[in-house]
Amino acid sequence: MAETLNPRQDLREWLAFVLVWGAAAVVTAVFCWLLGDIVWNGLSRLSWTFLTAPPESAGRRGGIGPILVSTFLILGVCLSVSLPIGVGTAVLLAEFTSDQSLFGRMTRRSLDVLAGVPSIVFGLFGNAFFCKTLGLGFSILSGGLTLACMVLPILIRSTEEGFRAVPANYRLSAAALGLSRSTTLIHLLLPAAVPGLLVGLVLGIGRAIAETAALIFTSGYVDRMPESLLDSGRALSIHIFDLSMNVSGGDANAYASALVLVIMLLLINGTAAWLADRGLHRRIVTV
Amino acid sequence: MIPADSHTKSQPLSSTEMPPSIAVPTPLIQINKLSLHYGDRPAFRDVTLSIGTGGITALVGPSGCGKTSLLTALNRLTDLIPGCRVAGEIRMGNMDVLAPQTNVIHLRRLVGMIFQKPNPFPLSIRRNLEFPLREHGSRDREQIARTIETVLQDVGLWDEVKDRLDSPALALSGGQQQRLCIARALALSPAVLLMDEPCSALDPLSSGVVEDLILQLRGRYTVVIVTHNLAQARRIADEAAFFWVHDGAGRLIEAGTAQQFFEAPRDSLTAAYISGMRG
Ligand SMILES: Nc1ncnc2c1ncn2[C@@H]1O[C@H](COP(=O)(O)OP(=O)(O)OP(=O)(O)O)[C@@H](O)[C@H]1O
Ligand SMILES: [Mg+2]
Repeated sequence: MAETLNPRQDLREWLAFVLVWGAAAVVTAVFCWLLGDIVWNGLSRLSWTFLTAPPESAGRRGGIGPILVSTFLILGVCLSVSLPIGVGTAVLLAEFTSDQSLFGRMTRRSLDVLAGVPSIVFGLFGNAFFCKTLGLGFSILSGGLTLACMVLPILIRSTEEGFRAVPANYRLSAAALGLSRSTTLIHLLLPAAVPGLLVGLVLGIGRAIAETAALIFTSGYVDRMPESLLDSGRALSIHIFDLSMNVSGGDANAYASALVLVIMLLLINGTAAWLADRGLHRRIVTV
Repeated sequence: MIPADSHTKSQPLSSTEMPPSIAVPTPLIQINKLSLHYGDRPAFRDVTLSIGTGGITALVGPSGCGKTSLLTALNRLTDLIPGCRVAGEIRMGNMDVLAPQTNVIHLRRLVGMIFQKPNPFPLSIRRNLEFPLREHGSRDREQIARTIETVLQDVGLWDEVKDRLDSPALALSGGQQQRLCIARALALSPAVLLMDEPCSALDPLSSGVVEDLILQLRGRYTVVIVTHNLAQARRIADEAAFFWVHDGAGRLIEAGTAQQFFEAPRDSLTAAYISGMRG
């Protein structure tokens, strides 16, 4: 900008500056405060025994061993169902359905609506369908399947975006070499779409691992070590909820559990970012 | 089918020996009353053209007259474009290209294509060449390695990259990438090479290298090349075809041997175009 600003423009610039940086500062401050609070109150309780021991006296004492196991099992069920279905649907939408077709438009619209549905609705649906209709009862399986329904929209949409971000000339040049559609898909498009998939995965896992409402009605809150996927199992977020709401004197362990949850989330985020970065650099090295 | 792992230099479409470069070529590709529409909009209409075996045919004309569209009809890449309709007839050897029962994978193996923008896959140099070969059934590692060396030597890239075959293809310069793409097409030993302005994204030096390369391919492959560079067309082409937009659709105005086309064009439009571009 060559011309100098008059005083009014100057004021506007200054206001915009304050607003933008102020908003950023507030968001960061809230996050730091939250995190600080959890670390401050939770860190002293965190230990190897806390992570492995079973809870005692409704969670006031003891650890979160069985709860961690249940959480991972629920997450495992959720991912092993939602990943294949999610990638498959994304491929169908991005590669075999045109933007304008009625089918494609309706599917995308439905997914976008589903992504915004409150989790309690998924919980009630899961309870009615998986627990009752399919007779799976309150179980890790029911909970995992319900979470799968919940994360699918996010997973599908961001994987689809990943596929759409692959330059069209890959498809043309592959076809011009007489490569079949499936080969092109598996060897060229899928690797190139991995960053989008990872984004969806992180968002999905983040949503799943922090989920409470959908799990209360499906996987239940039995805090024993689960023996099979058909056992009820208490997820970490439900444990935190229960300790801080229903158990007097449970605050200390609630804080420690929350700290574990936050660390898990940060680890997942970090791993995905690292994977995406590495994958990108290995595949697409431009100049 | 041609055996996938033999890098043959003969023309797989005809059993007869190749004629020396331009002695009255037998038509390999016969295009009859071909029209192409994108949705309701015509790209070109009623094109009838025959393309001789082993020669270099240049397609010239202003932007938007359907040259690229014509090329993509020849290897049925048009199948990939939603709403694209092709009517008419294309015969290649004794193959009916547009027939629904034609095996497009086989067709595209016989008809290689080079795009305007170099488009190697985001893989290593070696994998770029190996991947299509393997997909077409080559398994013998040594044979694949030999083919890779042969085609890289054909495009004059061997000495430049032989020590870094496993580095990313996208790290090569634009001209090198384009030659790699040509090598990738040659590795499948096609009969026909379609080239869509292969030099236009390159600097003059690389452009010259690629042009020399195309000249070396004369006689071994039937080359159909789109170019906006009339001087280049004149230097390399055996035959030339001129397109122009009439009533919103591309038309073939004139086709003939390059000499007659550039020295004594029959159509006044062709004459104007050639002289206009020359000045
Ligand atoms: N995928 C497509 N969808 C719709 N219309 C298209 C598509 N590709 C090309 N066209 C249209 O078809 C006509 C012919 O395009 P084409 O690309 O074949 O021309 P061209 O002769 O190759 O031009 P240029 O010299 O600029 O490359 C143009 O009007 C163009 O807008
Ligand atoms: Mg073009």
